[in-house]
Amino acid sequence: MTIAEKILAAHAGLDSVEPGQLVEVDVDFALGNDITAPIAIKTFRQTKVNAVFDREKIALVADHFVPNKDIMSAEQARLLREFAAEQGIVHHYDGGESGVEHVLLPEKGLVLPGDVVIGADSHTCTYGAMGTFATGVGSTDLAATMITGKTWFKVPESIKFVYKGKLRPWVGGKDLILYTIGDIGVDGALYMAMEFTGPVIDSMSMAGRFTMSNMAIEAGGKVGLINPDNTTLNYVTDRAVRDFTVYRSDEDGRYAKVIDYDCSKIEPQVACPHLPENTKGISELGNVPLDQVVIGSCTNGRLEDLALAADIISGRHVSKGLRLIVLPTTPTVYIQALEKGFLTTFLNSGAVIGPPTCGPCLGGHMGVLAKGERALSTTNRNFVGRMGHPESEVYLANPAIAAASAVLGRIGSPDEL
Amino acid sequence: MKIKGKVWKFGKNIDTDVIIPARYLNTSDPEELAKHCMEDADPDFSKKINPGDIIVAGKNFGCGSSREHAPIALKAAGIGCVIAPTFARIFYRNAFNMGLPIFECDKTVSALGEGDEVEVNADTGEIRDLTTGDVFRAQPIPPFMQELIADGGLIPHVLKSL
Repeated sequence: MTIAEKILAAHAGLDSVEPGQLVEVDVDFALGNDITAPIAIKTFRQTKVNAVFDREKIALVADHFVPNKDIMSAEQARLLREFAAEQGIVHHYDGGESGVEHVLLPEKGLVLPGDVVIGADSHTCTYGAMGTFATGVGSTDLAATMITGKTWFKVPESIKFVYKGKLRPWVGGKDLILYTIGDIGVDGALYMAMEFTGPVIDSMSMAGRFTMSNMAIEAGGKVGLINPDNTTLNYVTDRAVRDFTVYRSDEDGRYAKVIDYDCSKIEPQVACPHLPENTKGISELGNVPLDQVVIGSCTNGRLEDLALAADIISGRHVSKGLRLIVLPTTPTVYIQALEKGFLTTFLNSGAVIGPPTCGPCLGGHMGVLAKGERALSTTNRNFVGRMGHPESEVYLANPAIAAASAVLGRIGSPDEL
Repeated sequence: MKIKGKVWKFGKNIDTDVIIPARYLNTSDPEELAKHCMEDADPDFSKKINPGDIIVAGKNFGCGSSREHAPIALKAAGIGCVIAPTFARIFYRNAFNMGLPIFECDKTVSALGEGDEVEVNADTGEIRDLTTGDVFRAQPIPPFMQELIADGGLIPHVLKSL
């Protein structure tokens, strides 16, 4: 069996499962944020059920429109606060304790290898990097799980991606996943489990792995799984708040497709408007002037991402007329970036440092684009109007390209500095 | 169950940011969300449509975020059903949970014309273009799912049976 099948079988109380089989599974952890949880909470209350299934296995994270961007957002964040207090939800994150959910929850050891995790947020698939069967659902499905501790899935077919070869300079997890989405398309893995394997993944850090799994949804994938190894265990062991089980795919696991990539041929990738599949190598891009660069998000706002960007921008200045916005994703990432001097480096370069929030990634706040403006962002989506005005444009790239582009005033590589 | 209305056509990969832009997600009020439905693709969409009208779109409709606000907005705006070759996974589940009928059919995108009068029979999966007389087939919606839709979605449906 594949890792996806093994985890689902174990959580359904079955010895084995087949792709296409419908299974009811126990959920180890469920989460919602300040946009999606309000609907789940209202739905939960409609049912007149008194208590959630387990107050330690639910996280409510206020991260999208916080610090509250307007009165209505404030009401949504308050609803989370009230419900958390009423139900005794242990993992409610708000104010200075909060951060971008998909960085915060792994950091706190709340989501673990071998878990089934559902989240009312499409980027819940991020945890697949730890070998977690984690996927996004709607608010109603979250409400149902908050009541029962269970959900149902159709067991997905799996596609195995094998990454080989030596990585070129400035190429990381973001480039590999953008290249993959560019290759298979935004529905190339629709309804399916993506499994990222090969020597390049074996030697990749957790930050790079999280970035890859995070964008599985951008290819339509249900999950983006990486088989746990020593890198995973080194990351997880000291944080884990409970026991966990490591599942790995069998050598003879069944795959709908196996796709090999020679990474030595992949240069830094940029996804052009208005779909993540519109990828180009940086050298093919031509002159693309920018109004704004954003470094942050559940895709690329981890310490390693900030370190890479700070190293490139150190001693340099943001191009005149361009806004560079840096958003460390959690309080811990923020403190570490502060202590290591990254934030000073960014400030000296002319950047704005924002609080941990999803904010600009979805055009919420803290960096919304005006009509006709163009941004390069380390985030995950470049849909029409994603970061602001419907006639604005978003390009996606890795943090090294983002930092270099902020200095150049146009999309470019650190090699051009 | 029959759904009858005028066709509004959209391309492939219509994402949830187009269906309901994130800037309006500071509320989950269906009437408020309905006003901004499909706004970034067609600013006057919610004003132009009539109850029962049908969206016919290309593959991967509803890709992107997990926001349930997307099917809520479509339904509250009066959309009777959505027909597309494929739907993004989370949207597919959310649509039924919210009581918005959707039909998978790969022929209709090119065949049905904008403004055509179309009738969809959920019992048989038959999609009839009343303007041209053409008939297409999608998977029918089984009786229990039709009941769920009639009840207004998964939760009202479940509450009814308690």
